[in-house]
Amino acid sequence: MSAGGDAARPAPTQAAPPRVAPSRLGHALRDALLMALVALALFGPLLGLKTVPLTTGLALESRWHLVAAAVAIVFAGRFLLRYLVWRADRPAGTAARPAASAPRGWFVKALTPALLLTALAWPLLPTTDRYLLDIGILILTYTMLAWGLNVVVGLAGLLDLGYVAFYAVGAYSYALLAQHFGWSFWICLPLAGILTAFAGILLGFPVLRLRGDYLAIVTLAFGEIIRLILINWYEFTGGPNGISGIPRPSFFGLPFTAGEGGFAAAFGLEHSPLHRIVFLYYVVLALALVTLAFTVRLRRLPVGMAWEALREDEIACRSLGINTRNTKLTAFAIGAMFGGFAGSFFATRQGFISPESFVFMESALILAIVVLGGLGSQIGIAIAALVMIGGIELLRNLAWLKAVFGPDFDPSLYRMLLFGLAMVTIMVWKPRGLVSARMPSIQLAQRKAVGAHLVGQGRG
Amino acid sequence: MEYFLQQLVNGVTLGSIYGLIAIGYTMVYGILGMINFAHGDVYMVGAFIALIAFLGLLAFGLTALPLILLLVLFATMLLTSVWGWTIERLAYRPLRGSFRLAPLITAIGVSIVLQNFVQLSQEARVKALPPQIHGGLALLGQTRISFTQILVILATVSLLAGFTYLIARTPLGRAQRACSQDMKMAALLGVDVDRTIALTFVMGAALAAVAGLMHLLLYGVIDHYIGFVAGVKAFTAAVLGGIGSLPGAMLGGLLIGLIETFWAGYFSAEYKDVAAFSVLIIVLIFMPSGLLGRQEIEKV
Repeated sequence: MSAGGDAARPAPTQAAPPRVAPSRLGHALRDALLMALVALALFGPLLGLKTVPLTTGLALESRWHLVAAAVAIVFAGRFLLRYLVWRADRPAGTAARPAASAPRGWFVKALTPALLLTALAWPLLPTTDRYLLDIGILILTYTMLAWGLNVVVGLAGLLDLGYVAFYAVGAYSYALLAQHFGWSFWICLPLAGILTAFAGILLGFPVLRLRGDYLAIVTLAFGEIIRLILINWYEFTGGPNGISGIPRPSFFGLPFTAGEGGFAAAFGLEHSPLHRIVFLYYVVLALALVTLAFTVRLRRLPVGMAWEALREDEIACRSLGINTRNTKLTAFAIGAMFGGFAGSFFATRQGFISPESFVFMESALILAIVVLGGLGSQIGIAIAALVMIGGIELLRNLAWLKAVFGPDFDPSLYRMLLFGLAMVTIMVWKPRGLVSARMPSIQLAQRKAVGAHLVGQGRG
Repeated sequence: MEYFLQQLVNGVTLGSIYGLIAIGYTMVYGILGMINFAHGDVYMVGAFIALIAFLGLLAFGLTALPLILLLVLFATMLLTSVWGWTIERLAYRPLRGSFRLAPLITAIGVSIVLQNFVQLSQEARVKALPPQIHGGLALLGQTRISFTQILVILATVSLLAGFTYLIARTPLGRAQRACSQDMKMAALLGVDVDRTIALTFVMGAALAAVAGLMHLLLYGVIDHYIGFVAGVKAFTAAVLGGIGSLPGAMLGGLLIGLIETFWAGYFSAEYKDVAAFSVLIIVLIFMPSGLLGRQEIEKV
């Protein structure tokens, strides 16, 4: 950064007359200039020079106005921050403060029933159309996945970067069972769950001895292996083309079709394609609530307590006589099973699955929901799923930006960029997640929440 | 035999690239104990900067290839390390001392940001650069080693030697080793921890930039997705070699490169990644801290 230092040096002498107390203005200007230089180095080549294909090869096309804008924004932003916001010089690298005490009680108490009621009433609201219903289904699917992953990461403290593999196994199990045997959704669902739980144990065995990041990379590798097998095993999985024509769910035997024998006819309703969507919505809501109830109950059972003990300290756990092998395997199996349920639901909702739906980004997204939600907090995870998935959908609807930047500006392209930025920002702002209070599973005198900084995060 | 030798040459070249990226992972992990998930995308950014620098210099009218290569190398390393520095400053430093999953999530966020930034600013199309260095040497019979491959291997060896010297002999290297052993104690003894960590990211990014340039020269085709696959492979290499160990990262990189190339050459190209990942899992079952890693002593 020597070039940066040289170029920035004249700034303070211009702005602040020498020997007058080292003025804040001078410091701020100097700092902002440095940052502007960094921004120039960052954006200069990548934003300023665009590679355009010609008939003879690639050529460069300059867009210096964009770089100038970016550098100006960085300069102004940094200067204002330095001069107006960061009054006292904060020590660099301030560690995250321990999370504040439990959030205000009435708010949390009211939040859970309010969210539940909204979720129950969502399809019945007059404003809800097909699009909003689909978003609701999507959010609930991710909530369920995140609750499932939470068993592994939040409760047992095992970092799993390949959770999407179980989602995939569930989806393909359902699709193949339903297609080859013609069984209904309600028979295939538990079967898919069992198969996925076995996949979880399959992953669990080799990684029993691994800890921390070794575990993380092996789970990631497992996820990739499953995806690569799905792509390359044409005869069984259909390869990259996936499986289409997966049977749609019926209302306990009544198909959602118009005419005789359909759901609408049986109940004397007018046929509407929305019926199936509403039904799917309630199915995934029920599945999600089952996941929730199951994990909340499990936490109180010996196995759940063993998970949390494992997360806090594995060696102490072993010396107290807890079978860590079985504890880890049950965590993997149960977490995987919920992923499998979600996968089956995904397959029946889409009617079509392909390996493209099960990439690492999905694992990362689910893990991000768990961590942003506060790692172990059920309500926090639901809120995080709402914020993240709802946020992505909101970003799809940025059409009004066209009015600002002109008609050839496509806002949907910026969706993932903004999403990534939001992920970084939320994490830096609240490293302990959105809800940072925990209910201990055992208490002596009274029930009270503790801050998440008191809870171990597991070393694998 | 000739076929085997050709695969060996290709495998070593590929492994060198993985090794260079893996060193960045392993250095950061050794000091901070975090997986820098965005490192693969820094490598991708490096490849793009190299491409743009090439095109810029060619358009400028330069024709002397060694000069162009040298300038591109210098520009790519410099500009990419600014990216490395910025990422550390914005996404990791505020979370230092926080719990260990937090920087992992910001790293994934940074990775998304980098991919989409490059996609938006350079368009999603695959970019191709015609081969710049022609010719090669004939080894046994039909086996050939191209000058690009020689360059890649030479650059890797000299960089590895340079960095080994840097870590073992210079004050910066001493500070890095001190930080990786005990960050608090190092700070108490006057090591500027923030600066050391920032420089570690800068070094990692510079190596990733070289790897990106090598990829561009060897294969000539890049897009904004190359970072993910290469990043996962390189991290696999770092773990395979024993994370935190510099020679381990290089060894792991070479192994992954060789396994991939030989599997693709003798069995099936579709399952080469499955083979690489399976070897990782098998090695870790029997050697949970990798090939050259130290066994960590755990205490309650």
